[in-house]
Amino acid sequence: MTDRAGSLEAGTSGEMAGSAAARQATRNRWLLLSPALVIIVLAAAGPLLIVLVYSFLQKGNYAGVIWELSPDAWFNVFLERDIFDDTVSFADAHLSIFLRSLRLAFLATILAFLVGFPTAYFIATRPARSRNIWLFLITIPFWTNLLIRTFAIMEILRNEGVINVVLLSAGVLDEPIQMLYTDFAIAVGLLYVYLPLMVLPLYASIEKLDFRLVEAAYDLYATRWRVLRHVIFPLVRPGVVAGSILVFIPALGAYVTPRVLGGGKNMMLGTLIEFQFGQGRNWPLGSALSLTLMALVMVALMVYVRSTAGKGGEYG
Amino acid sequence: MVVESVAAGAGAAANRRAAVQVQEVTKIFGSGEERVVALDDVSVAVHENEFFTLLGPSGCGKTTLLRLIAGFDHPTAGAILLHGADISALPPFRRPVNTVFQSYALFPHMTVADNIGFGLKMQGKPTDEVARAVDDMLRLVRMEELKNRQTSQISGGQQQRVALARALAPHPKVLLLDEPLSALDLKLRKEMQIELKRLQNETGITFIFVTHDQEEALTMSDRVAVMNQGRILQVGSPRAIYDHPAERFVANFIGDTNFLEADIVSAANGEATVRLASGRTVRATAPEGSAPEGKVTVVIRPEHARLARGRDEAPLSGRLEHVVYFGTDTHYHLRLDGDVPFVVRMQNIRDNEEDFRAGEELGVEIARNAVQILKD
Repeated sequence: MTDRAGSLEAGTSGEMAGSAAARQATRNRWLLLSPALVIIVLAAAGPLLIVLVYSFLQKGNYAGVIWELSPDAWFNVFLERDIFDDTVSFADAHLSIFLRSLRLAFLATILAFLVGFPTAYFIATRPARSRNIWLFLITIPFWTNLLIRTFAIMEILRNEGVINVVLLSAGVLDEPIQMLYTDFAIAVGLLYVYLPLMVLPLYASIEKLDFRLVEAAYDLYATRWRVLRHVIFPLVRPGVVAGSILVFIPALGAYVTPRVLGGGKNMMLGTLIEFQFGQGRNWPLGSALSLTLMALVMVALMVYVRSTAGKGGEYG
Repeated sequence: MVVESVAAGAGAAANRRAAVQVQEVTKIFGSGEERVVALDDVSVAVHENEFFTLLGPSGCGKTTLLRLIAGFDHPTAGAILLHGADISALPPFRRPVNTVFQSYALFPHMTVADNIGFGLKMQGKPTDEVARAVDDMLRLVRMEELKNRQTSQISGGQQQRVALARALAPHPKVLLLDEPLSALDLKLRKEMQIELKRLQNETGITFIFVTHDQEEALTMSDRVAVMNQGRILQVGSPRAIYDHPAERFVANFIGDTNFLEADIVSAANGEATVRLASGRTVRATAPEGSAPEGKVTVVIRPEHARLARGRDEAPLSGRLEHVVYFGTDTHYHLRLDGDVPFVVRMQNIRDNEEDFRAGEELGVEIARNAVQILKD
């Protein structure tokens, strides 16, 4: 990057015929950018490149990789070969983890919207002074480590946890409901962790909403639900999209939540990738899975961007 | 009863049915220190097919009253009746009343046509009926060619028309207009004033129009209610309000006026004889429903008086201090005997161009029926 910057500068300085000030400005710009560039190159682009390379190598017997080109990892992402008769079939285990990840991330996004929209609406319609207090309250969970918060949810959901104890002692239940180590537990965990990421962009959109339009719609025979559907939702659409992206993407690759709340069986992509790098000792497959996750995120992003570009975007 | 009889014109008002009745409505916002009485025991009846204007300065409660009729707010006390039925408790979407907002409040994510059709669509009307009504409305406000534009792509005056069409499309029983012309420039405002009158005539819908612009109120309305500090001070035809203001505020707020102290000599049947400071007596109109006595204030509009050289016979006399020429008319600022300021406005018609000069001692003649006694 630094080389490119240098050559770029050399090129422009010739054309600008000794415009020293312009050259100085260019140099300052690159200088200011350099810390960010260094971090991006060292911490993101570099490792990503390594992951890309690893995904085309053979797995080592005791973790690591053998430096021989091989498509095995990518083959194993989607397909599996029967050990006895060599027939090829879809990798059911991986496929079900992909589907569960998509399903849970989608569910978490929907739930976050259903919980987050009324919350954001409530905050945005408070007097300006108390809004900041409510927003502050929304950010409080961020003060505690994610792992600790997730264990706290575990305490609530487990068989001897708060919910079951209360329901049992109240006589509502005869035996505890199994909530921990289910998809339900993961969904609740994801909802809890990523809810603020839905509330904040929604709040920003609703706060900018012209409530005279809401009155106008009421006046024109729209019931409360129809005002929501025909006026409020279309106008806060950018916030809905932003919130959904911010929840869906990290939820899709979540690691801590499915690991703690889903147990060993209910894997998501994040836990599967970790497994391949750890106990699975299959670094190439882990790398290939990581890149597949990235591709999924990119597809999701493109779908969202496309859906906002057409309409709604400019009215937030 | 004088004011009311003038308001009634040919006496038709008494026979007309009320579209909206506001009955002893009080509206209080907030509580404790921040308690604001926006409307204080207001009662008024708006007749069917009438162009009714609520006129008053900002903060007088006129918009609050409009919002109560629309249903955006609910009265703290009192009732609002629409064609005899109490609608006080109904939400806005259950009232056959539509509003044209000051800011227009057009939906930015919809086309002109979608905006106009919104009310009908929400009422559950079939698509083809909505489309037909939208076309009718576009024709009514002369906007056919802008049907498929986004509302951000049309001018302020055009947005105004769309807002009107949108509110008229569901054929409301009453149309509420909240200072709809205030954002337009002068020329456009004049056009829209005429346009609004035309629309009201063509649709036959009752219009309740809120404005702080007295000229707008006088030129457009069938009747005007003058409001101040949460109360309706006077209701009447523009002519009645202008010629026979009953309260100091009304006289002051609408047009220019001369205030004079006077003593009641005799009063009966809404007529009175008052003695002015000059010692001369003149006939005066008493305010509706009051029997004035003792010391009173009377008002005389500047154009209802004229200067005269023979000061001995004139009811008022004084010294001409300065003359302001306005083209169509001239304002003569006098100081009456007893150090009271008085303005006379005379039209510059060719055959009365007498040359009055500052410093002259002059008499002031007053037109018949031009002296109005105030309530306070």
